[in-house]
Amino acid sequence: MDQRSELMHTLFGRLSWEAVPLHEPILLITFIVTAILGMSLLGYISYARKWSYLYHEWFCSIDHKKIGMMYIVLGLVMLLRGFADAIMMRMQQAMSFGDSVGYLPPHHYDQIFTAHGVIMIFFVAMPLVTGLMNYVVPLQIGARDVAFPFLNNFSFWMTAAGAVLVMMSLFVGEFARTGWLAYPPLSGPAYSPDVGVDYYIWSLQIAGVGTLLSGVNLLATIIKMRAPGMGLMKMPIFTWTALCTNVLIVAAFPVLTAVLVLLSLDRYAGMNFFSNDFGGNAMMYVNLIWIWGHPEVYILILPVFGVFSEVVSTFSGKRLFGYASMVYATVVITILSYLVWLHHFFTMGSGASVNSFFGITTMIISIPTGAKMFNWLFTMYRGRIRFEVPMLWTMGFMFTFVIGGMTGVLLAVPPADFVLHNSLFLVAHFHNVIIGGVVFGVFAGINFWFPKATGFKLDPFWGKVSFWFWLSGFWFAFMPLYVLGLMGVTRRLSHFEDPSLQIWFQIAAFGALLILFGIIAMLVQIVVSIRNREALRDHTGDPWNGRTLEWSTSSPPPAYNFAFTPNVHEQDAWWDMKARGSQRPTAGFIPIHMPKNTAAGLVLAGIAMICGFALIWHIWWLAGVSFACLIGGAIYHSFNYDRDFHIPADEVRVVENQRSRQLALQA
Amino acid sequence: MSADEAISYYDMKGEHHPENGTMLGFWLYLMSDCLVFAVLFAMYGVLGGNYAAGPGPKELFELPVVAVNTSMLLFSSITYGFAMLEMARNRKSATLSWLAITGLFGAAFVGLELHEFAHLISEGAVPQRSAFLSSFFTLVGTHGLHVSFGIVWLVTLMVQVGKGGLTVENRRRLSCLSLFWHFLDVVWIGVFTFVYLMGVLR
Amino acid sequence: MSAAHDEHDARHVHGHDRGHGEAEAHGSFKAYMTGFVLSVVLTAIPFWLVMGGVIADKQVTTLIIMAFAVVQIFVHMIYFLHMNTSSEGGWNMLALIFTLVLVVITLSGSLWVMYHMNANMMPMSVHDMRNMP
Repeated sequence: MDQRSELMHTLFGRLSWEAVPLHEPILLITFIVTAILGMSLLGYISYARKWSYLYHEWFCSIDHKKIGMMYIVLGLVMLLRGFADAIMMRMQQAMSFGDSVGYLPPHHYDQIFTAHGVIMIFFVAMPLVTGLMNYVVPLQIGARDVAFPFLNNFSFWMTAAGAVLVMMSLFVGEFARTGWLAYPPLSGPAYSPDVGVDYYIWSLQIAGVGTLLSGVNLLATIIKMRAPGMGLMKMPIFTWTALCTNVLIVAAFPVLTAVLVLLSLDRYAGMNFFSNDFGGNAMMYVNLIWIWGHPEVYILILPVFGVFSEVVSTFSGKRLFGYASMVYATVVITILSYLVWLHHFFTMGSGASVNSFFGITTMIISIPTGAKMFNWLFTMYRGRIRFEVPMLWTMGFMFTFVIGGMTGVLLAVPPADFVLHNSLFLVAHFHNVIIGGVVFGVFAGINFWFPKATGFKLDPFWGKVSFWFWLSGFWFAFMPLYVLGLMGVTRRLSHFEDPSLQIWFQIAAFGALLILFGIIAMLVQIVVSIRNREALRDHTGDPWNGRTLEWSTSSPPPAYNFAFTPNVHEQDAWWDMKARGSQRPTAGFIPIHMPKNTAAGLVLAGIAMICGFALIWHIWWLAGVSFACLIGGAIYHSFNYDRDFHIPADEVRVVENQRSRQLALQA
Repeated sequence: MSADEAISYYDMKGEHHPENGTMLGFWLYLMSDCLVFAVLFAMYGVLGGNYAAGPGPKELFELPVVAVNTSMLLFSSITYGFAMLEMARNRKSATLSWLAITGLFGAAFVGLELHEFAHLISEGAVPQRSAFLSSFFTLVGTHGLHVSFGIVWLVTLMVQVGKGGLTVENRRRLSCLSLFWHFLDVVWIGVFTFVYLMGVLR
Repeated sequence: MSAAHDEHDARHVHGHDRGHGEAEAHGSFKAYMTGFVLSVVLTAIPFWLVMGGVIADKQVTTLIIMAFAVVQIFVHMIYFLHMNTSSEGGWNMLALIFTLVLVVITLSGSLWVMYHMNANMMPMSVHDMRNMP
């Protein structure tokens, strides 16, 4: 740094060749492998001359269906990265005993557990859940798109820009070594002067803008764009959970944004919010970030509760048991999720009255959740259950999630928490609910709606292989952690002295290996399904004998979703239409009003990413220029009033006639 | 629901048009912004007394300046209201003039606030001095940034109205900015009560 | 049942983009002036109370100015932001109430929690706190 000239410092800030970790073999190999894979993918796209197609039909698309699918692809790609981190940690902990120090130096190990948590929550679970909501909600409510189609595209690219920043930290500089919530003072300027925490802050801020806007967007969509006749209590249950989730997103993410701004002011401007000197209070950070953090876990789990509800009633061939109670339970969870945040830091010393208040509210949350569980069981009771892959995931969830929920209630007891906090018991608990709940639910949803999105089903054999590997792998990986946690082993350790613990870590590593097979089986499932797509083709648009409006369209649905907006009379609208023999209209088509594609979202998010990168590396001129471009670009975009067009009736007729022929062939 | 034949399952005439969600969506955004301010207020509430042996509100705040500042924002609120009334009467140039006056009041507010900040900094009461000053500058500064952003938006809209007239889109945008502007006024009520008046009382 | 449908449909037809419908809530000149006069009064009194030192007891003054702030916020909501239970089908109001509840939870919860933490973890007097380096 000393030799660097003033000019270089002005031009590149903290960025120098030393930031590229050429001296770390693990990272170097990762980089080479990623580069080879990336180059071959890019090469293939160029070879197949798909760039223009990708750019015009996908990147600039404001079709909620395509954006939803892009979210899910983003989530699955990031799942591979997050899982690579996971299996590295499992290997390290299984071998690093006594004299052996394992293969990961502590400063790398610390980055890995931080990156694992951040990626899995923000760039795997969030995109997957948002993707499902984006794809399914407009179809379920009989709408042609979301309320703000351009914002939807922008939101996606902001999320992707955040993900790119996190990935960049692998090869340029380093990631935070603070744990996924970056508590100060450890994350403050004194103890984390490097770029790691800055990568953390700016990737979350940029992705957070996307998340917040997509929350506003979906809320407005659900409130304003429901088909005529679809009162609130006739909405599909997935739409209900999506509504509550987006309420939580709009009401919780600003808190995260504000807290991270305060942390950045500490780091960039030397202010004293969370420092130890000059009256700062680090406990306030923990308090505030959990005001966001607890609703966040419900943001993840509520939509998959909706997925399970749809799957259970579809594959049991029955109407969902206790629809109204399901709705009320969801709303109660939404509200209660704001009253429990302190249970994440019972041990910080708030005293008996505070701890017991938050302990009790936490325990109360298990009541509506339990009600949901019984509703699913009663839906299955005396149903004609078809054990298709989505149903398997659902049953795996019910079995696994209940255990995770019960350990959660255990942790809600403040005295018990004093023993268990910060231990592997906690780690086992939240993986129990996040894998057993969110991950299983997303996979159920992907298997369930895949035929709708692509026009062919996913291969059931490999789906089952993947399911059984995931389920058994989960139990092998996390049950030992409960045991270890009860023995008092704390989380985030990279080395252990007591050799009697090693066997448990080895079992857990074996479990992680099984999950690896589960992920590979899932990738194989996708490849096999694409190759066998003609055999798996769904011509009807309703492969599972579904109940809600998305199954009334063709698979995949046309760009405009519905040639005629459906009128809703009953709760399971499509089931009702089928039962009463409603006929699909085949004539009288009218032009359809649709929004235009635009590159503005991609461009603005790209500029935001450059701005974030510049701020991370203290390249002030670039940060200033890109921020000015961002504002200027947004203003420039607002001068474009020509944002929509009409699909001519003739074009609608061609598409719809084709579907009529296809349906006739089936009959 | 007795006669099944009477039930129509599709809106064949294209009569159903989803309502425009812009105003609602913008209101929801404002609610999220409200929570950003809630966090900053909470921060000030918790750390506002931690002077770290530095200057406190009594030494620093000049209430007459704050009162003038408050009046600037109040005037800008009522002039924005007049702009909206003119817009309802479809009078473009009157709308534009009231918007310009609103912008000037807003600029005066930001200018006074910057002047106050400069004064504090010159006295050594910099944001880094204590947690109280950190949270003060951040809360008041965030509000000021919002107002500044509102002015940029106002100018943009004036250009757009000037070019395109009071079209449906421009009316909608003006209504959104109206919500934003009045919302900032509401936040300022919290700021002058909670920060300035109660700070001096402490 | 079907009457409700008709009403719903009718609202959709008329609430269409090109019509009026969205920029409905302009208020009137009288409403704006009422709001303005009220808020000037509601601003002036707290400033006068504090600057003039009218009431000796600081706690009472604090409570009074907070009450004035709450009233003024309502005035602004009604006369400037045109809040009522019917705009946007009541969703605006619902969102506002929900947000206010969360604001109260965030503020009071943080103060309560942090007060307890300070009391338990940093046992010292307020005077010490103020003069901490």
